[in-house]
Amino acid sequence: MSGVREDVAGADRPGPSAAPWTPSDRQVARDAYRRSQTRRSTWVALVSTLVITVLAVLGVRATPGWPRVKESFFNASVARASLPKVAEGLWLNIRVMVVCAVLIVIVALLLALARTVRGPAFFPLRALATGYIDVFRGLPLILVLLLVGFGLPGLRLRGIPTDAVQLGALALVLCYSAYVAEVFRAGIESVHPSQVAAARALGLTRGQSLRHVVLPQAVRRVVPPLLNDLVSLSKDSGLISILGAVDAVRAAQIETAKFANFTPYVVAGVLFVLITIPLTRFTDWLARRSGWLAAQGGLPGAAIR
Amino acid sequence: MTAPILSIKGVRKAFGSHVVLDDLSLDVHPHQVICLIGASGSGKSTLLRCIDLLDEVDDGVIELDGREITDPRLDANAIRARIGMVFQAYNLFGHLRVLDNLTLAPRLVHKVPRAEAVERARAALARVGLAGKENAFPDELSGGQQQRVAIARALVTDPAVILLDEVTSALDPELVGEVLELLAELKSTGLTMVIATHEMGFAREVADEVCFLHDGRIHERGTAAQVLDEPREQRTRDFLRRLHG
Repeated sequence: MSGVREDVAGADRPGPSAAPWTPSDRQVARDAYRRSQTRRSTWVALVSTLVITVLAVLGVRATPGWPRVKESFFNASVARASLPKVAEGLWLNIRVMVVCAVLIVIVALLLALARTVRGPAFFPLRALATGYIDVFRGLPLILVLLLVGFGLPGLRLRGIPTDAVQLGALALVLCYSAYVAEVFRAGIESVHPSQVAAARALGLTRGQSLRHVVLPQAVRRVVPPLLNDLVSLSKDSGLISILGAVDAVRAAQIETAKFANFTPYVVAGVLFVLITIPLTRFTDWLARRSGWLAAQGGLPGAAIR
Repeated sequence: MTAPILSIKGVRKAFGSHVVLDDLSLDVHPHQVICLIGASGSGKSTLLRCIDLLDEVDDGVIELDGREITDPRLDANAIRARIGMVFQAYNLFGHLRVLDNLTLAPRLVHKVPRAEAVERARAALARVGLAGKENAFPDELSGGQQQRVAIARALVTDPAVILLDEVTSALDPELVGEVLELLAELKSTGLTMVIATHEMGFAREVADEVCFLHDGRIHERGTAAQVLDEPREQRTRDFLRRLHG
């Protein structure tokens, strides 16, 4: 791995001031050895992956019930027939997820800030935020969904939505913002006090320090756990189906009933996985590209052999 | 003269197009103390990191006790286990007490039974004048004390050579003395040390040899009195003049 990288670096490396550098025979041999090690690791990875996959497939197929399970869970024609409806449902999940994610980040940031403001005058604000977080982190999401979904419309207040999707989204925001607020707070508190001292020394106000110095660093630090919550949210968006919204889970349920076959559930599962994997890779890429990890004191890569 | 314990032959190291070590050679003999001096960026730290295999050399050979250690076929961990390293910023493990910082490598790497590791750790602590601090956490100690713990951590495995990378640069001036005194004391017990330092007075006092590094090469090498007081090279003179204002 590193041998290859060094070769690339070496290729365009102009020599020191005078004579250009050509690697010694010994170094050429070392580089060749490192390259061969890299090739070997790649082969080992390929072969072991192949062996494990084959064993897993054979193992499953050898079970006595496999033909029946295959027919009722992995039926290709049912998968094709149910895909449009399930995908249509998934589109609702995606929209709910995006809207909720934006709202959650905003509410959570406000909650986190409310928990970190100092001064006795802000005690009610702090207490309120703390209480909110305590309650909504403790309540099971499904209970909040049921209470909001069936309880709120029951109040018959003007302006309160009666749509299952909107109520479900509201419940998601209520619960998730409590979690995410704590993630933000951990990030804010992890920024070293010396950073605030430096900002205040420059004459920035408390608010300016927070906005321009603390928050940018805090947010970068918590991107990985935030993404974790986003992936979690993408799946929990399926829970709004219990209020009657026709999302991917509900659509799969309907299709399952229609075909008397469980394949639509598998289809929905595959689709959910397909949207979460790119999300994870995207954040990894984002973090590396911006050198965020290095800026946070982490060593770039695992450089030490 | 005895065979060198550490032998650096024609080592080159570049980061991208920036050549940090350029065909650098240096022999260190047993019980010798060598001080590396030179401006920031002259390659002192990189040389120490290359010796401890924390960075891979781009060319050249480093030998420990007559055997090449820069061969990628070798187990780098086994080699590092025979070399001690002390960092500028101490790098103590903040979640472990002083005693556990010292027993970690003996127990995990050298497979020393716990009781014996503890005994050795206590001895090493006494050696750096910190007996009684076994149960403190690193951040409960002063900077000078922390650096002395870090030195004890390097000592406790009885390495063939100890590398010290600007070990007083992060210390308050009044704490520098205790660390340098300790190093002078350790020299008298016969340790082999390679020390990157900005403390010329200290180099004068303990170094058997002083090497002046500039642009990844050793420009001048000799006794402390010769290099620091009667430098032959213009570059060395310039560096020393800037240092003394």
